[in-house]
Amino acid sequence: MPIADLHLAIREQWQRQTNLTQEHWREAENVNHAKDQSAIGNDMRHTLSIVVADQPGELSRIVGLFSARGFNIETLSVGQTTDPQWSRVTVVTRGDDRTIEQIVKQCSRLARVREVLDVTMQPHIEREMALIDVEATPGTRRQEVVSLVAVFRAKVVDISHTGMIIEATGNKEKVEAFIELLRPMGIRDITRTGCIAIGRLSNIDSSRPATEEPELSQAVSTS
Amino acid sequence: MSAQTQTLTAASHLPLDDTTVAIPEPRGAEILIEALLHEGVDSIFGYPGGAVLHIYDELWRARDRVMHYLVRHEQGAVHMAEGYARASGRVGVALVTSGPGATNAMTGIANAYMDSTPIVVITGQVPTPLIGTDAFQEVDTVGITRSCVKHNYLVRDVRDLAPVVHEAFHLARTGRPGPIVIDIPKDVSAARTSYSSLKNISFPLVERRWPPEHGAVAEAAAAIMKAERPVMYVGGGVVNSGAAEALLALAEELQLPVTPTLMGLGGFPSVHPLCLNMLGMHGTYAANMAVAESDLLIAVGVRFDDRVTGKLATFAPQARVIHIDIDPANVGKNRAPEMSLVADAREALCALQTEIRNLGELQIERSVKNRAVWWERIRGWQLEQPLRFTGSPDHIKPQTVIRELHRLTNGDALIATDVGQHQMWAAQFYPFKRPRQWITSGGLGAMGYGVPAAIGAQLVLGDQMVVAVVGDGGFQMTNQELAMAVQYDLPIKVLIMNNGYLGMVRQWQEMFYERAYSEVDLSVSPDFVKLAEAYGAFGVRATRPDELSDVLSAGLSHKGVAVMDIVVSKEENVFPIVPAGGNSRDMIVE
Repeated sequence: MPIADLHLAIREQWQRQTNLTQEHWREAENVNHAKDQSAIGNDMRHTLSIVVADQPGELSRIVGLFSARGFNIETLSVGQTTDPQWSRVTVVTRGDDRTIEQIVKQCSRLARVREVLDVTMQPHIEREMALIDVEATPGTRRQEVVSLVAVFRAKVVDISHTGMIIEATGNKEKVEAFIELLRPMGIRDITRTGCIAIGRLSNIDSSRPATEEPELSQAVSTS
Repeated sequence: MSAQTQTLTAASHLPLDDTTVAIPEPRGAEILIEALLHEGVDSIFGYPGGAVLHIYDELWRARDRVMHYLVRHEQGAVHMAEGYARASGRVGVALVTSGPGATNAMTGIANAYMDSTPIVVITGQVPTPLIGTDAFQEVDTVGITRSCVKHNYLVRDVRDLAPVVHEAFHLARTGRPGPIVIDIPKDVSAARTSYSSLKNISFPLVERRWPPEHGAVAEAAAAIMKAERPVMYVGGGVVNSGAAEALLALAEELQLPVTPTLMGLGGFPSVHPLCLNMLGMHGTYAANMAVAESDLLIAVGVRFDDRVTGKLATFAPQARVIHIDIDPANVGKNRAPEMSLVADAREALCALQTEIRNLGELQIERSVKNRAVWWERIRGWQLEQPLRFTGSPDHIKPQTVIRELHRLTNGDALIATDVGQHQMWAAQFYPFKRPRQWITSGGLGAMGYGVPAAIGAQLVLGDQMVVAVVGDGGFQMTNQELAMAVQYDLPIKVLIMNNGYLGMVRQWQEMFYERAYSEVDLSVSPDFVKLAEAYGAFGVRATRPDELSDVLSAGLSHKGVAVMDIVVSKEENVFPIVPAGGNSRDMIVE
C-alpha cells in the first residue's frame, strides 16, 4: 500500500474511533501542519555542556531525562573535568528554542548537576574523533588513502596488507567530509566519539588560529 | 548559574543534639533512626521485609521515640506519608522492603512527584555483593524510580548514610517539594560506623533559591495595575509555600478575581466574593469564561496542566501571562509567559504587594475602579450558569451528599478524595476555608489515594474531622487500610459515593463513545457495611434521600472509624465539562 493511502486509512480509523467532527479534524490538521513547519524552520543543532557530579548513576539520570521528556540525543560524550569530582557531559541535540530552553532547565533541576550551558550561542571549539577502518591494498589505493590522510591532517594508526585504521579529528563537518571521501575506497568499520566542546579563550570569533585546518574547517557556529 | 558548594547545617530549625555523637559505633540501621529523629520525624508508615530487618530491629528498640504504623499494603504507606505531609506541611516518611515492597510503593512515589508533595521513601535493597545478580526480592529501585523522584540514592557505604538522610530531607522540603527515595542495602544497614554530628555536612548544589528580582516585580506590578480584565490563576504552589494570606491580601487590595486549580483549592477561601472557584475541565462557567476573556493572567504556583488549559493554543487567547513559580522548568514549559518570576509564591506575592502599595492609594483606587466593568461581566457569568444539579425525590444525588456533608461538618472537615466523579463533586460543592483542608490526587490521578491519605492526615489532625470521600471503585483498591486505621484508632470517616459504576469512565463513554459502557459495571461489590464491620469499623448505609442526613450524622458522629455507604443515582454526570483538548467555547454545562 502506498504511504499516502496508509496515512488515509489510519486517519479514517482514528476519526471513527475518536468521533471527531470534520471541523475538529481540520483544526487538528492545521495545528500539525503549523507544528511541522515550525519544526523545520527553527530546529537547530545545539551543543550542551553539562557539569555533573562524578557519581554512579548520574549519567543515566541525564540520559533518562532526555528520553522521558522526548528530547533527542545526537551524540553524547563524558569525561572528567579539572576537578575529579565533576564530569562534563557534552550532548548534541536538536530542537527549537523552546525545546532547548526546556532541556537546559530540566537538566539544571537535577540535584547533582552544577551547570548547564548551551555553548552553541557563544564562541567555542567543537571536536570529535573518528577511527576508520578502510580498505587500502598496496599500490595506488593505499597512496590515495595516504594522500587524503595528509590533506585532512589525520593519522594512520594501524596498517595491514589489506587496509589501514585512520584516526581523524575535527569538527563534525570535517570528519563527515573525510568519511565521505574515504567511502569509495571501502570503509569496513567506523567508531566515532561524539562531540566535545570548550569555550574560546577570547570572545572574538576571529581569534581562531589561522593555521588550524584552513582549507576545511568551517565556523561551527553557523551549523 | 555559578558553581556553588554550600555548607549548610541540616535542619537548621532544629536544635543540634550533640549527644548523638557519643553513641559508640552504631550500625547503619541505628544511624538511620537517629538521623530521622534528628529531622523531627515522629511517624513512619511502613511494611517490613527481609531487606529491612535490621532497620525494623532498631525501630523496635526506638519504639518509645518514633511511632511506626504498620500498613496493609506499601501503596498505602506512601499515600499515608503523602496525606501526613499535605496536612502538616512537614516531610512524610514511608519505609518498605526491597523488590515488591519498592514496586508497590511506586504509585505513591509517582503521585507525590506529580503533586509536589515532600516525602522520603526508604526502601530496603539486597546486600551490596548481590546487587545485579537477580537476587531474591531484587529490583533496581533507583533505576525504576528515577523518572518520578526529585532525587534518589543508593547508599553503598554506611558512612554516607547520615549525610544522605539529611540531604534527602533538605531536598524534599526546599524549592519545589517532591519525593526522595533512599535505597539501603541490607549489609549497609548492618555495617557499623560512627554517627557524626550534623554540623558541616556539605550538600553540594541542593540549595537553589531565587529571591524575586526587583525589576521583574515592578514590571509585573505595573501590568496588574493597568490590567482591565485580570484573573489570578492559583495552584498547589500557593498551598505548598504558605502563600494563602499573601494571596488574600493582594487579591483584596486590588479586587482581583481568583480561580484556584484542583490542587489550589483551599489556597483561597471558596466562599470569598473574589473567588470564581475552580477552573479547567470541570471548573465553573464563570472561571473558565473569565480566563477566556481576560487580558492578564496572573498564574501563581501552577503549571498550565492540560486538565486546566484544554487546548493550549486557545487557552486565555487574549491574555498576557505573568507566571510565578519556584521551578524554572515550569515557566515556559506549556505556555510562554510575557513576564515571569521564578520565586517562592509567598515571597513573590508579598513583593508584589509592597510594590503596589508603594504606588499609592490613589493609583490602587483608580486601578480597582477600572475593573468595575470586568466584575459586572463576571457576575453576569456567575448568575447565568451557576454550578447546579437537578434534585430527585427517589435517588440520592451525589451533589446533595457533598452539600449535606458540608452542612454537618460546618465546612471544617479535612476532605481527602480518590479520583473520579466524586472527587470533582467534592471539589465543586464543598467550599474550603483554609489551605491543607483538601487532599487529593491531582496530577497522577491515582484511585485508592483517599483512604490512606485520610489516615495520614488524621494522624496530624488528632481529634479533628477527616473525611475520605471515595467512589466504590477506588475504595476497593485500598480498603484494606481500614484495618490499620482501626488498629491505631485513627478515626477517619469514609464516605463512599456508591453508584455501582466506574463513574467518570462511564460518563466519558456516555458522552464521547456512544454509550458503549465498556467494563465499567461494578454492581458486584461487597456489602460495604458488612465489610466495615468485618474490619472492626462502624458501617452504615443510605439508599433513599430521606435517609441521607441521619445516616451521615450517624457515621460522622461515631467515635471510631466509620464507613458511610451512600447509594447515589447511577448515571449522574459531572458538569460543566470541557472535553479533553477543547476550550471554554466547547464547555458543556448540562
